[in-house]
Amino acid sequence: MNAETDRLPLLRDMYRMMLLIREFETSVQHRFRDGEIPGFVHVSIGQEACAVGAVSSLQPGDYVLTTHRGHGHAIAKGIDIKAMVREIYGLSSGVNGGRGGSMHISDASRGLLGANGIVGANLALGVGAAWATKLLREERVTMVFFGDGAVQQGLFHESMNLAAVMRIPIVFFCENNGYAEFSAHSTQTVGSSLEERARTYGVDALNVDGTDVEAVHKASERAIGTSRSQGVPTLIEARTYRASGHYEGDPQKYRSNEPADLKTSMDPIALARSRLVELGDQEDELAATERAARGEVSAVFEDVLGESRGARS
Amino acid sequence: MARYQLFSKTFWGSHVARVVDDVELTSYSGAIRRTIHQEMERDPRVVVLGIDVGRGGGVFGVTRGLREAFGEERVIDTPISEMGFTGLAVGASIAGLRPIIEIMYIDFIGMCLDALLNQAAKIPFMSNDVLRVPLVVRTQFGGGRSAGPQHSQSLEAVLAHIPGLKVVMPSTPVDAAALLSASIREDNPVVFIEHRHLYAIRDHVPSDVTPAEIGRARITRAGSDVTLVSYSRMLHLAEAAAAKLADDHDIAAEVIDLRTISPLDVDTVAESVERTNRMLVVHEAVEPFGVGAELVAQIAQKCFHLLDAPPERLAAPFQSIPFAPALESRFFPDVDGIASATKELCDY
Repeated sequence: MNAETDRLPLLRDMYRMMLLIREFETSVQHRFRDGEIPGFVHVSIGQEACAVGAVSSLQPGDYVLTTHRGHGHAIAKGIDIKAMVREIYGLSSGVNGGRGGSMHISDASRGLLGANGIVGANLALGVGAAWATKLLREERVTMVFFGDGAVQQGLFHESMNLAAVMRIPIVFFCENNGYAEFSAHSTQTVGSSLEERARTYGVDALNVDGTDVEAVHKASERAIGTSRSQGVPTLIEARTYRASGHYEGDPQKYRSNEPADLKTSMDPIALARSRLVELGDQEDELAATERAARGEVSAVFEDVLGESRGARS
Repeated sequence: MARYQLFSKTFWGSHVARVVDDVELTSYSGAIRRTIHQEMERDPRVVVLGIDVGRGGGVFGVTRGLREAFGEERVIDTPISEMGFTGLAVGASIAGLRPIIEIMYIDFIGMCLDALLNQAAKIPFMSNDVLRVPLVVRTQFGGGRSAGPQHSQSLEAVLAHIPGLKVVMPSTPVDAAALLSASIREDNPVVFIEHRHLYAIRDHVPSDVTPAEIGRARITRAGSDVTLVSYSRMLHLAEAAAAKLADDHDIAAEVIDLRTISPLDVDTVAESVERTNRMLVVHEAVEPFGVGAELVAQIAQKCFHLLDAPPERLAAPFQSIPFAPALESRFFPDVDGIASATKELCDY
C-alpha cells in the first residue's frame, strides 16, 4: 500500500458525502421551486468540499455551528437526512419538531448546535460554546462556519478578539464564495486579506482552495489539531464557489459578469471525481456510487412529500 | 415587611432610607452579591462575566469579592464588547454553563439586542426545547440624578415585548435575593433589572432566602378604595403616597408590587381591582407602550364591568430624559403626584 492508495478510502468517503449533499441541495432547490417547501431556502451547491473536508476532520463529540446556508454542514456532521427533510417541510416529525426549519436546523445529539438566520451571530455563540468546553474540561473543539459577508459584521471583530484574549479552542471556517448576498466581495471591503486580519487579532490563519476536498481536509486537520492541543483559536479561509443565488429564486442579475465556465471549473465534485479516476477507481464503480446517492436522497424526499401531503389533508 | 422612611424631598427627588431597627441589615446590592456567591458555591457551572465585574468588583460594587472567592476562570472581566460577550454567554449556556452577565446600564442593551432577541429568546423554541439557555442578564437603571438621556432610561417594556425572555424587577433587598436565586436556577433567559438608587437601601435578609416564584406579584399594603400598582423604585413612592392618602384623605389604597414584569401576574391585580374597582399604575418608564399600557389593557378586558373609573397610568412623559436638575426634577412621578392622581381616581 503506497501513499497514493492510502488516500483512496478517505477520498471515497468524502466523495460519497459530497454527492449526498449535492443531491440533497438539488432536490431542495427543485422542490422549493415546485412549491412544496415553505419559507425560504439557501442551498450550498458548489461549496460541498468545504463542509465535507472540514467536518470529516472533527471528532463526533466536537461542536459545529453554521449559517443560514447550513444543510451541507448538517449532513456532514451526521444528521439523519429524513429528519432534516421533515424539518425543512415544517412537519412536527422533523428533527426540531418543525419549529426550526431550513435556517435553524440543529441536532444536539450530534454536536450540531445550530444553523443561524442572523449573519455573524453564530460566531459569538461558537466562541461561547468553545469557552464552555474549556471550563467544563471537555475534550471538544468547536468549529464555526461563516461566509465572506459575515466578516464585515461587528460581531466578527468582537468574536475574534474574545477568542484570542480568552484563549478559546475554536476553529473559525470562512467559506469565501465571493458574494455577500448580492454584493461582490470587492465592494464590501478594501485593505487586508482575512488571513492578515486574523493575525492582527492574534489568531493563526490558513488559506486553502475550498474546491479541493483533500486540501480542505488537510488544512482542517492542522487547524483543529492546533486548537485542540494548544487551546487557542485558529482560522481557515477557503475560496469556494456558490453555484446558486443567495436564496432560491434570486435572479442573480449581479453575476452577469462572471466567466461562464466558472461553475464547472470550480466544481468540487468534478475535481474529486477526476482524482478518484487518477487513483484507479473504475467508471462503473463511480457511476454506482452516484446512482446510490441519487436513489437514497430521492427516496427520502418522496417519502416526506407523501407525509406532508397526508399532514395537510 | 419593613417599611422605608423617606427623606424630605431633595433636589433630586425622594430618597429611601433604612429601617430604624437593631437587626443586622443587608443592602439591596449586598443581597445581590451574597446571592451570586451562594449560587456559585452551589453550582460550579455558574459563571459571571461583564465589564469591570472581576478586579473592579463592578462599577456599583455589586460583584466585589467574587473574583477573589471563585477565581478568574469563573469571574471574567470582558472587553467592552457587549455584542460579543452576550453572544458568547448564550453560546456558553447552550453548551452547559450557567452564565450571569452584567450589562452596566440598561441603556446599553441596544449593543447586544440580537443576542437576546434573536438568539437567547428564540433558540429554545427553534430547537424544540432541546437547546436550553439558562442565562441571567443583570442590568440596572434609574433616573433622577442627572445621568442624562443615554444613562437614565427604563427599558423593561422593550424587553418584556419579546416572547422567550423573562423580565424581573425587585424593589427590596429580600426580593432581590429571592428573585435572583430563582433567575439563576431558571433554565430560560432572564433579564434581572436592578435599580441603582435602591442599591443602598437595607433590610433584614435571611441568609437562606427561598427562591421566589418568578411571575408572582405581591400585595404590600392592603386597602379597599383603589389599587395602586407599581414596581422597582416607584413602588416605594407608591407606598409613601398610600400612607399620605390614608392620613390626609382617609383613602385606603391597596399597593401591589409586580416584582416580575414578564410573565405579568395580572390575576393578582385583577383580584384586587375586583374589590377596589379602581386602578392606577405608576412607573418610571415613559407612559406610551409601557407596562402600564399592558396592565390597563388587560384589566379593562378582565374587569370592565367592575370598574368605577377608567384604569389609569402615571408615568414619565414621552421624551428623552433631561440631565439638568431643573428639568429632571419635574420629569418622574413623585409622591405628591401619585397621591393626587390616586385621589382624582377616587373622586371620579
